[in-house]
Amino acid sequence: MAEDEPGLRGEGQVATAGGAAAINPPDQQPGLGRSWWSLAYLLPALFLLGVLVLYPILYTIWRSLFDASGDSFVGIENYTDMFTDPGTLTSLRNNAIWVVVAPIVVTTLGLIFAVLTERIRWASVFKLLVFMPMAISFVAAGIIFRLVYQADPDQGVANALVVTVHDVFAESSAYPGAGPREDADLAGVDGGFETTATFAPGDTVALGLVGFAPDEVPAEAQPASDPAGGDTLQGVVWLDFAPGGGGEEGAIDNDELGLPGVVVNAVQDGAVVATTETTADGSFEFADLADGDYTLALPRDNFREPFNGLDWLGPALITPAIIGSYVWIWAGFAMVLIAAGLAAISREALEAARVDGATEWQVFRRVTMPLLAPVLIVVLVTLVINVLKVFDLVLIIAPGSVQDDASVLALQMWRVSFGGANDYGLGSALSVLLFLLVLPAMAFNIRRFRREQQ
Amino acid sequence: MSRTTRITAGAAAFALLIAGCGGGDDPGSGGGAEAGSLEGESVELAAVWTDAEQEAIQEILDAFSEQTGAEVTYTSTGNEIATVLGTRISGGDPPDIAVLPQPGLLTQFVEDGAVKPASEEVSAAVDENYGQVWRDLGSVDGELYGVWLKGANKSTVWYNTGLFETAGAEVPEDFDAFIDSLSTIADSGVTPVSVAGADGWTLTDWFENVYLRVAGPEMYDQLTAHEIPWTDPSVITTLETLAQVWAPENIVGGSSGALQALFPDSVAAVFSDDPQGAIVYEGDFVAGVIGDSTNAVVGEDADFFPFPSIDGSPESVVGGGDVAVALTDTPAAAALLEYLASPEAAELWAARGGFISPNENVDTAVYPDDTTRAIAEALIGAGDNFRFDMSDQMPPAFGGTPGEGEWKILQDFLADVTSVDATAAALEAAAAEAYGA
Repeated sequence: MAEDEPGLRGEGQVATAGGAAAINPPDQQPGLGRSWWSLAYLLPALFLLGVLVLYPILYTIWRSLFDASGDSFVGIENYTDMFTDPGTLTSLRNNAIWVVVAPIVVTTLGLIFAVLTERIRWASVFKLLVFMPMAISFVAAGIIFRLVYQADPDQGVANALVVTVHDVFAESSAYPGAGPREDADLAGVDGGFETTATFAPGDTVALGLVGFAPDEVPAEAQPASDPAGGDTLQGVVWLDFAPGGGGEEGAIDNDELGLPGVVVNAVQDGAVVATTETTADGSFEFADLADGDYTLALPRDNFREPFNGLDWLGPALITPAIIGSYVWIWAGFAMVLIAAGLAAISREALEAARVDGATEWQVFRRVTMPLLAPVLIVVLVTLVINVLKVFDLVLIIAPGSVQDDASVLALQMWRVSFGGANDYGLGSALSVLLFLLVLPAMAFNIRRFRREQQ
Repeated sequence: MSRTTRITAGAAAFALLIAGCGGGDDPGSGGGAEAGSLEGESVELAAVWTDAEQEAIQEILDAFSEQTGAEVTYTSTGNEIATVLGTRISGGDPPDIAVLPQPGLLTQFVEDGAVKPASEEVSAAVDENYGQVWRDLGSVDGELYGVWLKGANKSTVWYNTGLFETAGAEVPEDFDAFIDSLSTIADSGVTPVSVAGADGWTLTDWFENVYLRVAGPEMYDQLTAHEIPWTDPSVITTLETLAQVWAPENIVGGSSGALQALFPDSVAAVFSDDPQGAIVYEGDFVAGVIGDSTNAVVGEDADFFPFPSIDGSPESVVGGGDVAVALTDTPAAAALLEYLASPEAAELWAARGGFISPNENVDTAVYPDDTTRAIAEALIGAGDNFRFDMSDQMPPAFGGTPGEGEWKILQDFLADVTSVDATAAALEAAAAEAYGA
């Protein structure tokens, strides 16, 4: 970038030569010759910087003042468009989240890894493992994490983990998704179902359910049959579906299975007065029910959909999910730099603190951290610059449907310029904005470099 | 040792080759120029095709070469055909014939003055072999330029035959029966439809198929050109019809799951060994995806039915194709274009598979399997009710950009199928901006 130039001048020779020429006019002859020479040596670098860095920056700024085709001058219209477009605002918000969260998490993890690996025996193996993701290209890493975050717990590792943990605490129901046919006399109530008619002891009730695959019915299930009838309220809950579409709807045909283990409630005046459970052939019976009219309810616990994990790639979680993959890649980088910084800290200072009776935590807090601070800041600032231009991970991991929600400035710039709309004017304006955002971090880094050199 | 042997062998092969050429003088029945009449002429054809498709077009070119004596070379442009052709045209060295994969490119090159009008012979061949709709699609401002060599049928609904059988569902005759079959399948415990919501183009294809049947081909053309607004009642009806199919309980993974499903995933969800859904809609190329990424066999485990008719709409097909145009006016170029319009040329490729022809006089018996034959017959059967993929003909900012325009708005609609009016309004706003620019 253009700001590298002062840095270059700072590298001794050139600055001295230039300075000498300016300050000592009497010494003109040799000084002038030397500065011409140094200029000649600088030319190739200046030329390349000009062509590859300066010209593109200036042209981008110039281009951002023109419309999509580049034919007519529109002034700052692209910039006003940019800040009224919800896409840019979302991108800015996401960029802010990225800049705040990602560098801090990565640096913290890197610090923890670096400190811990100082003390374990297989440190180099551990470091190698953590560093390894750095060797994978971002696109490949993006594809890997696209798979990790797959919604189906059978495919996505993230959801497999979440579901496993969840199911330890909450059991899933026996018949998820099952329900009555549309024209049946069972009405949906609060996730479960309730009969529209009322029944009294002595009646028989047949409750047919569908929407559940026959091969997923529990193995102990027996073919259902009509309730025998008697003094009690009896009934059957069965799968009203025969493979091949045979059988009569609403009637118990041969081989249609009873559904064992379904909870059935007898309800009177809105209150559950008795509860029973179906047997292997789906039959149930309320033995001691007082005379009166009851509706029968199949509560929602029978049909609760299984927990399928989190919607990692949905609009709400997509940015945290992508940041997760970024952390996976960069934690190793931070760890290696910080470990190098740790190794450079003088052991005497640490030993002296320990001899003076400091605890390990105090040593870390009061001695290691202050000595390590410059390294931590280098890592943090490098990551901030890196995070501002994050692009590939977002493009690859976010499905098309949530690209809007996941978008960051660099991606937004690419989508506007090359994603189909081909509006180079607006795209240029976005890159100018991105450039302005990176500038402070660059300036900070350069100032620090120069301070260190003094 | 080997050097002399090789030379001898080479000479022998060469002799055989010459003999073969001499023997192959049998005049073919198709094509324009008379046998051997183009001896010494050379003609170059450029297209995007590689691999198996390149072999197929090469077979056609060889047959032409054998009939006429012209020397034919094939150049593959890769996917950037517009760039490659544009460069060669401005460089003054265009290929004689180019095969363009989009109708938009035909118009663009004609307007640039790069395409030569079709000769009378080509025009006669097109009249003889193609329906009027294909002639119109190959014309700009009434002047015929192109010959549609290859067609694509995007009105095919693919289903898992095993799950249909288990559920007792039948191939639906019309859209109402289709909706009924969805609940029949749901009753069997299988989610009926797999939708690739992460890929916006599959949603626009759904929309276009329903719209063509709800509103008819004339209004389809008007909407394509944005002559009627997207808030038109026909669009509202289309969205309401789509909402019946796209209801969360009907689609694999519900709304949020579908929005993360890429097109290949959506096909695998229906035809894998542990299927999640029973039906997936997309074009004829689904057959290829099934073959590549699942164990299902097309024609046995997997089959298709034409996109069902809505309220008695006639047989209609949304599709695409590749159009051959002449970029030079040499006799050899005209003769090759005429040959490409002949059923003989199309049959050569049709017999190899992976190809359907819009040419009405192609003998459908040459297609290698029943599924391909049925797809091709549906394409021809739609006659003048064939329409090009609408989103391909619209400004890319509206019809072809991930996360924007129609793609994004239909994805939002898939997420909430009750938002019919808001969706229509959003589509109109985005279209107005894209067409206005």
